[in-house]
Amino acid sequence: MTPATDMVDAAAATARAPSLPLVPSQRSPDAPAAAVPTSGNFGRHLRHVLAENPVTLGALLVFIGLVAIGILGASIAPFDPLASNTQDALQAPSRHHWFGTDQLGRDILSRVLVAVRLDLAMALGAVALSFLVGSVAGSCAAFFQGWTERIVGRVVDTIMAFPLFVLAMAIVAALGNNVSNIVYATAIINVPFYARLARSEITVLRESGMVEAARLSGNSRWSILFRHLYPNILPAMVVQISLNMGWAMLNAAGLSFIGLGVRPPTAEWGIMVSDGANFIVSGEWWIALFPGFALMSAVLCFNLLGDGLRDIVDPRRRT
Amino acid sequence: MIEGRTLRLIAGRFAASLPSLLGVVVITFFLMRALPGDPAAFFAGPAATPEAVEQVRHQLGLDRSLPTQLTIYLRDLARGDLGKSITTGQPVRAELWNRLPASLELTLSGLFLAALIGLPLGVLAATRPGSVFDHASRLLSTAGVSLPTFFTGLVLIYVFYFKLGWAPAPMGRLDSFTDPPRAVTGFLLIDSLLAGSPALFWAALKQLALPATTLALFAMAPLARMTRAAMLAVLSSDYIRAARAAGLGRFQVLVVYGFRNALLPVLTTLGMVFSFLLGANVLVEKVFAWPGLGSFALEALLSSDYAPVQGFVLVMGTVYVLLNLFIDVLYGLVDPRAKVAR
Repeated sequence: MTPATDMVDAAAATARAPSLPLVPSQRSPDAPAAAVPTSGNFGRHLRHVLAENPVTLGALLVFIGLVAIGILGASIAPFDPLASNTQDALQAPSRHHWFGTDQLGRDILSRVLVAVRLDLAMALGAVALSFLVGSVAGSCAAFFQGWTERIVGRVVDTIMAFPLFVLAMAIVAALGNNVSNIVYATAIINVPFYARLARSEITVLRESGMVEAARLSGNSRWSILFRHLYPNILPAMVVQISLNMGWAMLNAAGLSFIGLGVRPPTAEWGIMVSDGANFIVSGEWWIALFPGFALMSAVLCFNLLGDGLRDIVDPRRRT
Repeated sequence: MIEGRTLRLIAGRFAASLPSLLGVVVITFFLMRALPGDPAAFFAGPAATPEAVEQVRHQLGLDRSLPTQLTIYLRDLARGDLGKSITTGQPVRAELWNRLPASLELTLSGLFLAALIGLPLGVLAATRPGSVFDHASRLLSTAGVSLPTFFTGLVLIYVFYFKLGWAPAPMGRLDSFTDPPRAVTGFLLIDSLLAGSPALFWAALKQLALPATTLALFAMAPLARMTRAAMLAVLSSDYIRAARAAGLGRFQVLVVYGFRNALLPVLTTLGMVFSFLLGANVLVEKVFAWPGLGSFALEALLSSDYAPVQGFVLVMGTVYVLLNLFIDVLYGLVDPRAKVAR
């Protein structure tokens, strides 16, 4: 599941779901019709926004490029990312090795390219998990209230009582030091953001006329919540997902930078920067620079994409 | 000028933060139970017989039920006992206590620097929409949150230490030829001034500059962004127009009427910024070999020495809860309405 397909899905869902009257959310009391585009003019709206906003278009292109590299993976890498060759160790960037070689003589360009898949997968996995758990928990809390709301609220507050990265470190330490636990830890620390957003959105929606109409036409409570209300919070969720992707990526890379989760010799940006850190003070800048730069661009791309998506989904919240 | 009302406010907020503190303690306890490995076998040493391990297990209370163990843990905590580090043999509390000032000095300097640049930039951006400041602020706030702190730290080291030679080697709080000042607060900047030694202050400041800048670059972004949004909202309000119409000076309108009101949402985001900063602190400490809590916990974590890790998580959680409490109280002081509403 990628943010791009998410976005289209969510837009389709918005177009499909409210056959019943939809009360505008509190955030934008007089939101224009453009905030909830119908499927007919959505394409036009998207084209318009992208043409108005070349930065978002650029971010979208970078994102498509990243996904392509992630899919192609090792097949486009010029060298074997794991093959060490001590004779060529610590070579500066050249025509042969565009990004230079590291302390074991491995080609850095190949490693940076191959790492795209792992870094993207970790962030996507974490974000997908926290979106699913957080949005469902937050929606249930707001819809059923009572003890459901108290429990969800208490869990969310407890997670937020920790500095999040520290909690992630502790979770990885407790669950065991491997890649899937990095994904779980990153997912857990991001759940509160989705739960809170879903809760505030559903709290507004549950007072709307569509709930009453749906109940009168014989829908069960679960069906009201998940077939009629839940699709309406997806646009806001998509924006959150996109803004959250970059942060999840930084988290996962940060954890592997400090030596948790990903083990050498696996190619991953955080651990590659960590390798290069030892050589910075002696001037071998290329080992840390290229993976660090790749990480930074990927995160920047997600953040810009998130800002752009917010402009599409909710133009009034533009900052 | 602390009046009874303010004291009541502080007491009320403190009581409200107690459940969070309890949550932090309980989560830390269960994390320790979930940790891989058998603590009894660790403490008994590699050459211990099974009977000796059982004896240690009994001594540690690990053969009791979980609620009993939680009670024991809480009792130890109340006495300030955080256990011993296996690798150094030192009590964890002493180690953490010695290293806490280093981490706090770094985090607070980073935050101070971030506020020093981020807040004025946000105000400038809001008062001159579409100007250079506005674009700079927008660029900074998007780029800033995209920076991996561990990477920016390395770039700064490369440029300012290796290339330009302006910064000292990234090796802790003072270079090894300088004796630290007598510890009063543990904050080197303050202690060196108390000891009356400008040279020492300068040496400590030079070491602090790069790691604090690294943290500041990261924390500046949300601050500038929030200040800009809050200022924009405030400046378009009726009372600002009234103040302008009444002929008040530009500075008074902007700072006294505008900024003080815009500060409220900024204070609210400060809690989140702190959460990021305390996390980023761990990464920055590793990059700059800073002898703080984070590097201590990392060493322990990688050598499976769990009492320090547990103590670290507990201290970080507590510091964060207390900081949020402080922000809450500050909020009440900045906004008199918050007091009336309670």
